[in-house]
Amino acid sequence: MSCIIDMKQVRKAYTTGKVTFEALRGIDYTADKGEFVAIVGPSGSGKSTMMNIIGCLDTPTGGEYILDGQKVNQLSANDLADIRNRKIGFVFQAFNLLPYATAFENVEIPLLFARVTARKRRERVMELLSRVGLADKVANRPTEMSGGEMQRVAIARALANEPEIILADEPTGNLDTKSGAEIVKLFHEMWQTGKTIIIITHDMNIARQTSRILKLKDGLVDTNGNGA
Amino acid sequence: MQWSTIYAVFVRDFRKQKKRITLTIIALCWGTISIMLLLGFGEGLHRQLTINSKGMGEGIAVLWGGQTTIPYKGLGKGRPIMFVPEDVDYLKSRIPELQEIGGEYHRWGVSVKNGTRVVSEHINGVSPNYELMRNHIPRAGGRMINELDMKLKRRVVFLGDRLMDRLFGSDTTQGMDLSDFFSDRVSTVKAEEVIGKEVLINGVPFTVVGVAAHKMQMNSYSGMDQDKATIPATTFKAIFGDPWLDNIVYMPRDVKQMKEVERKVFEALGAKYKFDSKDDRALQIWDVAESQREMNNMLLGIKIFLGIIGGLTLLIASVGVANIMYVSIKERTREIGIKMAVGARRSLILSQFLLEAILITFVGGFLGMGISITATEIFKRIDIKSDVLTFMGRPTISIEIGLIVVGILGIMGLLAGFFPALKASTVSPVQSLRYE
Repeated sequence: MSCIIDMKQVRKAYTTGKVTFEALRGIDYTADKGEFVAIVGPSGSGKSTMMNIIGCLDTPTGGEYILDGQKVNQLSANDLADIRNRKIGFVFQAFNLLPYATAFENVEIPLLFARVTARKRRERVMELLSRVGLADKVANRPTEMSGGEMQRVAIARALANEPEIILADEPTGNLDTKSGAEIVKLFHEMWQTGKTIIIITHDMNIARQTSRILKLKDGLVDTNGNGA
Repeated sequence: MQWSTIYAVFVRDFRKQKKRITLTIIALCWGTISIMLLLGFGEGLHRQLTINSKGMGEGIAVLWGGQTTIPYKGLGKGRPIMFVPEDVDYLKSRIPELQEIGGEYHRWGVSVKNGTRVVSEHINGVSPNYELMRNHIPRAGGRMINELDMKLKRRVVFLGDRLMDRLFGSDTTQGMDLSDFFSDRVSTVKAEEVIGKEVLINGVPFTVVGVAAHKMQMNSYSGMDQDKATIPATTFKAIFGDPWLDNIVYMPRDVKQMKEVERKVFEALGAKYKFDSKDDRALQIWDVAESQREMNNMLLGIKIFLGIIGGLTLLIASVGVANIMYVSIKERTREIGIKMAVGARRSLILSQFLLEAILITFVGGFLGMGISITATEIFKRIDIKSDVLTFMGRPTISIEIGLIVVGILGIMGLLAGFFPALKASTVSPVQSLRYE
């Protein structure tokens, strides 16, 4: 299988005032298309930072990151925005839905940015919402939905432009066990359709259901980890 | 970035944030209304008082004889100075700066009679140039007294407009109240019906040749012109036999020559009546133009005061607009973060904010201007009897001020809303998503 994520000595440092904190201290990592990867590790090990860099939400301060053959370091802000729009679907722990918009409108946003016509947007949104089991909650706002439902809206939104990669940062972290299990089930369904999925989790039960586990420790890949 | 996308996103979000947008529009609208009305009333007051102050005439001075206080060439002090009609030509020939000059007689409590209706009024005898100097403007169909009237000592009279009403119309009120000075009183009788008729002044028949157009008069030295019966000075002298002029009115070619003319009047009359030209009590001169300048300064002061209040109001309104914008920054920063995370380009975010600010400014600003203009138009149309309101004049809205106010409020709103958006769209989406 072809390599979709290729990180070479990726570093990320945050500077607050005079203090510089290195979240990533030289990550070497590759992932192939169609993999289901779980990133695990203690808090502060750099999981989220790595995820944000993979998802082009943030840029590395050192090293090289090649996404599907493109050197991310050299891309402009607009190019990064387009990558986030077309290639990557992001699912957050805090859902990050627009509070004033309905389920339909939240899912529609990436399609708007991709300049999909109104009619196609409508078809696509309805299809996605029924795929995540929310066909009857199209007009609900986030405040009128449960956590599990909100996360399913977020997943539908992540899938809007048929991205190749789905990134999920603790997607079940704010959910009860039952809702969490349903969300994990959705990720498995996506994996079956050939998507590359990378998920951050604390839950080893979830991690064990993936094709590969990446352990991080202190901003480095923990080579003592047990790749599944 | 396609305009259709910007438009689609903008319209969608706009509908979703009605409350905030409505509040911003109201704040902007209210700020515009307050300032425009405040300055509009100031301007109305200024114009009204300026018109009123010009009622008695512009760029003129009134001259009375006084008493000497300095002994001169063997003559003692305390001598009264009185003018004869010949003094007018004497002064005109010696002071080339004079454009117009004329002597004036007054007599109070003279009976003026039309049939059975008799009023006791003020008669003055003047020269034709009082039409120009003292704004004795005739209504259409009539005229002021002329040179031929003077030469032939004709018995013709030019009536003050209220005197006409009292003699010929249904208004029989005596005396005056404040509204007479300022309101556009409508006569109950037309000038054409009166011109050519005869009235008896002190028992002598006079033909009415003209009626004064109504004017605002704020200052006077001999009562209100609207109550006077004006006749030729020569006729006056023939009937009443007054040897002395009561006063002289003159007008320099240029208002700036007022002081110089004053000095020359003292010199010329000092030579004739033998008083020291430095004896400033020998003659009394009222420089009306000087009073008008003083009043203009006062009005300028009022306008500056209103301007300061307007500025402070503008500041408060700006803070209001900025505050509404600023309160929503946290929510909107997250919103920007989310949109960026799912692929919005920076230009889209910024155009949306810019479009929103422009639209709010336009709607709020022009709504405010529209309401202000409507309010003043309504104010102008309703017939107000209150003295205070008529004294204030008609508020006069300035579109330029309105545009400046809307511009400043719009810029404040833009600064408060656009710059956080600019920052939020510049940093990485992660930072915007974390914004607390």
